[in-house]
Amino acid sequence: MSSWNLPIKELGEESLVGEGVTFRSITETVCRVTENKAPRGWWIAFLIAANFTGVMTLAIAYLFWTGVGVWGNNAPVYWAWDITNFVWWIGIGHAGTLISAVLFLFRQKWRTGINRFAEAMTIFAVICALVFPGIHVGRAWYAYYMMPFPNEMSIWPNFKSPLIWDIFAVSTYFTVSTMFWLVGLIPDFATLRDRAKGKYRRMIYGAVAVGWRGSNRHWQNYERAYLILAALSTPLVLSVHSVVSFDFATSLMPGWHTTIFPPYFVAGAVFSGFAMVMTLMLITRAVYGMRSLVLPKHLELMNKIILVTGSLVGYAYAMEFFIAYYGGNDYELFVFKNRATGPYWWAYWTMISCNVLSPQVFWFKRFRNSIPVMFVVSILVNIGMWFERFVIIVTSLHRDFLPSSWGYFRPTLVDIFTYAGTLGLFFTAFLLFIRWIPMIAVAEVKGVLPEADPHHDAGDHGEHALVAGHAQQPASAEAE
Amino acid sequence: MSDLQDAPVLLLAEFDTPGECLHAAEALRDAGYKDFDTHTPFPIHGMDAAMGLGDSKLGWIVFPAGLMGAIGAFTMIHWMNNIDYPIIIGGKPAGIASLPSMIPVMFELTVLLSAFAAVFGMLGLNKLPRHHHPIFNSSRFASFSNDKFFVSVEATDPKWNVDKTKALLEGVHAKHVELVYDDEEGGDELEHSSHASKGHA
Repeated sequence: MSSWNLPIKELGEESLVGEGVTFRSITETVCRVTENKAPRGWWIAFLIAANFTGVMTLAIAYLFWTGVGVWGNNAPVYWAWDITNFVWWIGIGHAGTLISAVLFLFRQKWRTGINRFAEAMTIFAVICALVFPGIHVGRAWYAYYMMPFPNEMSIWPNFKSPLIWDIFAVSTYFTVSTMFWLVGLIPDFATLRDRAKGKYRRMIYGAVAVGWRGSNRHWQNYERAYLILAALSTPLVLSVHSVVSFDFATSLMPGWHTTIFPPYFVAGAVFSGFAMVMTLMLITRAVYGMRSLVLPKHLELMNKIILVTGSLVGYAYAMEFFIAYYGGNDYELFVFKNRATGPYWWAYWTMISCNVLSPQVFWFKRFRNSIPVMFVVSILVNIGMWFERFVIIVTSLHRDFLPSSWGYFRPTLVDIFTYAGTLGLFFTAFLLFIRWIPMIAVAEVKGVLPEADPHHDAGDHGEHALVAGHAQQPASAEAE
Repeated sequence: MSDLQDAPVLLLAEFDTPGECLHAAEALRDAGYKDFDTHTPFPIHGMDAAMGLGDSKLGWIVFPAGLMGAIGAFTMIHWMNNIDYPIIIGGKPAGIASLPSMIPVMFELTVLLSAFAAVFGMLGLNKLPRHHHPIFNSSRFASFSNDKFFVSVEATDPKWNVDKTKALLEGVHAKHVELVYDDEEGGDELEHSSHASKGHA
């Protein structure tokens, strides 16, 4: 008998929501955010974010008009902030699917408090990531050549290239994550529809709720679809950053050509994704009064994942160095010595202190439960993870095999505006999400309340557990 | 309410807890009803067995779709890079021997097609999106998505008998039992316009 069917209380766990939370109060707490007027702080944040998005649009327009020379990329550093930002955003986009798929398969029910939020973040982060491969190709109006599309030169993409694998991996990831998110939203849109006062709200939420009526015959297929999507997304989420790492690992560049890259990139992606979820969660939880649904326990569990993945990343850094020494390849060893002590030493040591050292405070329960500490660490982790990608890309390129062509990359203003602008795009999308869409999965959180178990009431046991051989729970499970 | 037809199309019983709703489903199943359903804010464990439902058919839709993704990707890559315009890169032959380099794209397309099949297959099996359903004519039904649990029995059930079915539902401690009528809007789904949730306001 698996423990999955047992009520939570019998697994020796505490409730996953705060005191006094009922079905009705969950609906109320989550839905009212989309029904009340937006607080002033929302408008201020939205205007700032929208302005940054405008800056990004202008920076990209200037890039298209003039050419990629407006960026700091030049021989020998042909990949710089564009790919750094791409990999950073894609990495952030990993936590959502990890939380919604991997933790679902492992029956980690605490995920219900944070999954909607993290999935939304995933989708917006992947959108920000997709900006960069689209614009870095030089003549962006030919970006469709990346797809297998019959063209006038009768030539097809080279499917032996990891860059083509990347196109398929990232676009599949975006599509599947979006579908997963939308499927999860159907019952919650129905809740908003049924609460709607105005005609337009009722029409719009009615349309997106696709006529959902909570039927058990529907829930049966719905839950199966959710399970299948989770089972598909679990290898998918591991494949995406592995494929991103192939862009580097299958090349012959010292510093890139290492077999540790796929697992190392995946661990880093989960690490930065959880840190971003944490940063955003701490802010919205306080602003919108979600403290009874997102408990300190949720935050502590997330901190444990940050500690584990941060230490995995630290292990990968150490192992890269060891193999560079042990492998006996002079060029490889030079690149790694140059990383730590060369002109970009400051970037390398920022990465080490943010990614490896700062999460170590989470060994202590006091810091795992301290909101100021976790807020600061979550931001440090995201800074560190950006530097990780910068270090991998730029330090491996800037001193290549021929010392006469060595160089030093400096970003231009256009680089900076484009990057800052994608942060604006991310937050614009995110603020619109918390304004119009239930930010916590209402139906799923209701499902983990103790009252949601049909055998919750003490006097309620009885005949039905014995009927018909399909009964899912043994009689002992019902006794309290 | 002048547009209502005479015969009720379903009986709707309201319950306060998932446990009572589960008992009602079991009672209906044991009494031999087939066309009944429960409407709950979240899926309830054990309800499939309580209603006597078989397993979901969704897997039979997803598996062939995933297989098509794998075969389709292989065929596409093989034809494009090995037959139509052979590309020899990195010393790897333009043939089946370069299969390892096809794996990532084959995997991604398998996942993509399976995911589409899972989502649209689920909607198809559930006959959603659906513009209107007579059950929405009940003004109490809106709380199914909040904190109430409903059981509906449809008039098409062979054992349907207004009085007996109603008595059965009341016997399992329904808080409220009502007859729901169809109207011209719900009669033929998708043929009539106006808003989706008539009867709520």
